[in-house]
Amino acid sequence: MESYFRLFPEQASTIAGRVDGLYAFLIGVTVFFAGLIFLLLLSFLLKYRRRPGHIHLPHREGNNWLEAVWILIPLALTMVIFVWGARLYATVMLDPPAGALEVYAVGKQWMWKFQHPDGQREIDELHVPVGHPVQMTMTSQDVIHSFFVPAFRIKMDVVPGRYTTIWFEASKPGVYHLFCAEYCGTAHSGMHGRVVALPPTQYQEWLSSNRVVESMASTGARIFQQMGCGSCHDAEGLAPPMAGVFGSSVTLASGDRVLADEGYIRESILDPRAKIVAGYAPIMPTFQGQFSEEELSQLVAYIKSLGKQSADGS
Amino acid sequence: METAPATRREHYLNVNYSPTSWLLTTDHKRIALLYLISITFFFFVGGAAATVLRLELMTPQGDLVQSETYNILFTMHGIIMIFFFLIPSIPAVLGNFLVPLMIGARDLAFPRLNLLSWYVFNLGGLCTIIAIAGGGVDTGWTFYTPYSTTYANGYVILTALGVFIAGFSSILTALNFIVTIHTMRAPGLTWFRLPLFIWAHYATSIIIILGTPVLAIAIALVAVERLFHVGIFDPALGGDPVLFQHLFWFYSHPAVYIMVLPSMGVVSELITCFARKRIFGYTFIALSSIAIAVLGFFVWGHHMFVSSQSVYASMVFSFLSMLVAIPSAVKVFNWTATLYKGSIAYDAPLLYALGFIGLFTIGGLTGLFLAALAIDVHVHDTYFVVAHFHYIMVGGTVMGYLGGIHYWWPKISGRLYPEGWAKFAALMVFVGFNLTFFPQFVLGYLGMPRRYHAYPDEFQVLHVMSSAGASILAVGYLVPLVYLLWSLRYGALAGPNPWGATGLEWQTPSPPPTDNFAATPVVTQPPYAYDTQEEATHVG
Amino acid sequence: MLAERRSALAHQFDDPAQQHEASSLGMWAFLLTEIMLFGGLFVGYTVYRTAYPAGFIAGSQHLDVLLGTLNTAILISSSLTMALSVHAAQVGHRQLLIRFLLLTMLLGLVFLGIKGYEYWHKYHESLVPGIRFSYDGPYQSQVQLFLVFYFLMTGLHALHMVIGLGLLAILAVLAWRGVFSPAYSTPVEIIGLYWHFVDIVWIFLYPLLYLLG
Repeated sequence: MESYFRLFPEQASTIAGRVDGLYAFLIGVTVFFAGLIFLLLLSFLLKYRRRPGHIHLPHREGNNWLEAVWILIPLALTMVIFVWGARLYATVMLDPPAGALEVYAVGKQWMWKFQHPDGQREIDELHVPVGHPVQMTMTSQDVIHSFFVPAFRIKMDVVPGRYTTIWFEASKPGVYHLFCAEYCGTAHSGMHGRVVALPPTQYQEWLSSNRVVESMASTGARIFQQMGCGSCHDAEGLAPPMAGVFGSSVTLASGDRVLADEGYIRESILDPRAKIVAGYAPIMPTFQGQFSEEELSQLVAYIKSLGKQSADGS
Repeated sequence: METAPATRREHYLNVNYSPTSWLLTTDHKRIALLYLISITFFFFVGGAAATVLRLELMTPQGDLVQSETYNILFTMHGIIMIFFFLIPSIPAVLGNFLVPLMIGARDLAFPRLNLLSWYVFNLGGLCTIIAIAGGGVDTGWTFYTPYSTTYANGYVILTALGVFIAGFSSILTALNFIVTIHTMRAPGLTWFRLPLFIWAHYATSIIIILGTPVLAIAIALVAVERLFHVGIFDPALGGDPVLFQHLFWFYSHPAVYIMVLPSMGVVSELITCFARKRIFGYTFIALSSIAIAVLGFFVWGHHMFVSSQSVYASMVFSFLSMLVAIPSAVKVFNWTATLYKGSIAYDAPLLYALGFIGLFTIGGLTGLFLAALAIDVHVHDTYFVVAHFHYIMVGGTVMGYLGGIHYWWPKISGRLYPEGWAKFAALMVFVGFNLTFFPQFVLGYLGMPRRYHAYPDEFQVLHVMSSAGASILAVGYLVPLVYLLWSLRYGALAGPNPWGATGLEWQTPSPPPTDNFAATPVVTQPPYAYDTQEEATHVG
Repeated sequence: MLAERRSALAHQFDDPAQQHEASSLGMWAFLLTEIMLFGGLFVGYTVYRTAYPAGFIAGSQHLDVLLGTLNTAILISSSLTMALSVHAAQVGHRQLLIRFLLLTMLLGLVFLGIKGYEYWHKYHESLVPGIRFSYDGPYQSQVQLFLVFYFLMTGLHALHMVIGLGLLAILAVLAWRGVFSPAYSTPVEIIGLYWHFVDIVWIFLYPLLYLLG
């Protein structure tokens, strides 16, 4: 991280340049209108300075055409800004490109904990490959935090009780600030980490040199067995089978349909009665308080590994 | 220039000097001054907190105060400045003083409720001061759950109670203004002959009536959850922490219009007087206040673009936030057009009004940055937001407030303030303000998060600039305190209309008698009829 | 005469009509704030009911529909007696005014008595979240949430009823002293408005809390 004076953070993700483009446009609009107002004010102040023997110059008290102009032009400009911003936002907030690396994050007072799919764990430091999309699935163990990487121009709140997601693709190797951007208590400003973007080969080296016995999915499988989940979920008719469920559209007892995504899996473990699958009795006990957020994400990873349909149901 | 009268004229200040006559007054003008004292006190308490914050931020390490102290300081700065200074400032001081005068009435509709509102305000303030003395609260003025309900130590409930109580005070003032403006206008004073100051306060009062109760519920739910831990915002018990944000921002976004609309009303009065010209686009400015009040209720979700709010809801909020910018732009253009072919005097009130227009323009335009979804993702919860809202609140509201205090000072006190010093202070405030807050836009885009006690080294240069600016700003605020007090004793006596302004408040002596007018005025002119107005007696 | 003195104009008003208009408008504006106040709780309730339909139905089963319906009838009747007292004030029937005010207060007290009994019963059943709560049935957290909103909403409503009773008591005393007349019945009218509002809030609370499922 350089320490010389700069006005913009580094552009280190695929969308950073696009965000900066919109920013530059907004700066242009601001300079233009603020400049226009300042120049007009200054020239009127000087030209129409009160002098002795003042005479009221004839003038109009209003002009509906002028009002229409200075309503419609700003309106048009703001609509351009809106559409531009909304489209870029949709790109960032909605689904990542196919094949994204799935990293799980847990925020807690006052540190970041990361789990890679192959099982590597990191604290306050996240290694990612350059040129490959990464999807963060995040939750908090306590209060609301926010995952913020200025160099990538992305930010997403990390909320207890639910998963939030954000994706990015690093475009440049380097080490970048990771800040917590939602005030979370005493050491909020200390909840500071680094995102380390490595070129693909070096990233593979990092993965292998941090070889772990179990991937997240394997750990999840082990927990699934140890906690006896299979006694119902592997038995016909007692509980919905887990194979292929992730990403599918599930019909509930109430008649509604929901997408079986990470959040649905997590909720079903902690509050099984909330969304019961049609055709099954509400007999699953709750596991509230029995799993850490890391273990929950490992279970989710396991169920995902049992046959995953992509989000659009294909 | 008037000479001092041989016999002492009775007016609202000298009619009775006893403390009881002040503490049990129902005269709106005295109540305005009681409020002036209270909010000035709170301004300097909030300012003291800010001073320590800016001193700490001169170095990257957290070395002046501990983290917890820093967090308490920014929380108290926010709570005090917003609820105990900005929201009451113009309405409770200038509004209380001027609304009856401007419409030709003897007092507000409910004078005893008015006095009650001051006591309620101070009760709320007292709760908050006690909470501070006991060690304060470190949740941020936004009280986000579950931190505030489950994790924070400190006097959360007492502080929240102080804010809750202050809300009642605000509602009482607003009720008074709405009823007064509707039912007590002088004969001939139709809606579209009202000064724009009145339109602004009317719109503000509507927002207060509709929004404040929702804040009350949001705060009450935090207190209930904190006391009983029953799951309202606790996900482990089925609660939704983000629900709090919706309830909170439903009030707190319109609250920013509560803070800025009255200031815009002041600016309209100042521009017309010092350009000696009718306002350009009166109807548009009047109705833009109403438009802002209405639209302002539909944009709260723009504080929640990264909170896990749905993408589509965020888009709706972004769209509406763009719309709410337009009426403000309309005002700025109309004020500028008012100066065209005017006859402009550079008195201090005008300097403050110009400062408002310049700084509010920047603040408002940077609001567009924040309303643009993809930009907000990057700058949300950074110093960009801090800079934006200080441009509006300080560059906007406080400038308008100071301009109004100076403009109506002769009417309120019967004295003229020293013009040279006033111009100096206005300049200090403008320069100090820009130096303090402009660097923060850059800091924010660079990624400096807000509410940070310590920060990476590379942000230091900009923070030092900001803190240096803050020291100039502080001088700019202290100087008027000195000379305004000085003027009470040594300032030149003011006549009824030193500025040669239109408006009913200038048709009565300075200071006014208790019942404001010897006889109820009858209005036959449109507002700001400067082409038929007498010249100013006081030359700046 | 006391009646004339009391109806004397407050100094800020030009004539009695203006004073009356201001008082009315003031009460309407105040009731608007009350709508927003209860509205905040209604929003919270709606969010959780939408999220937990089964849990909220389960919670509602623990309320006594009979008592709720009875209370609704009582409150509607009290609005009738309140309207009658306003009318009595406007036509100058002092005796009738006092009687109807007292009747309204009585009905209000009965309402609060029944409410109090319901609250006590909940305490007895250990269904008071945060104070005495132990519930073993399904949807435990959601039933708790339902009950939280039950107590908050009916509690806020009951607080408004208590304040209303106090205001009615003051009105009754003033009426007894002969303060009201056809020329001056504004306080009765505006407190009547307040009372009707409190009634209407209950009319929304009743189905939302008692009639689920």
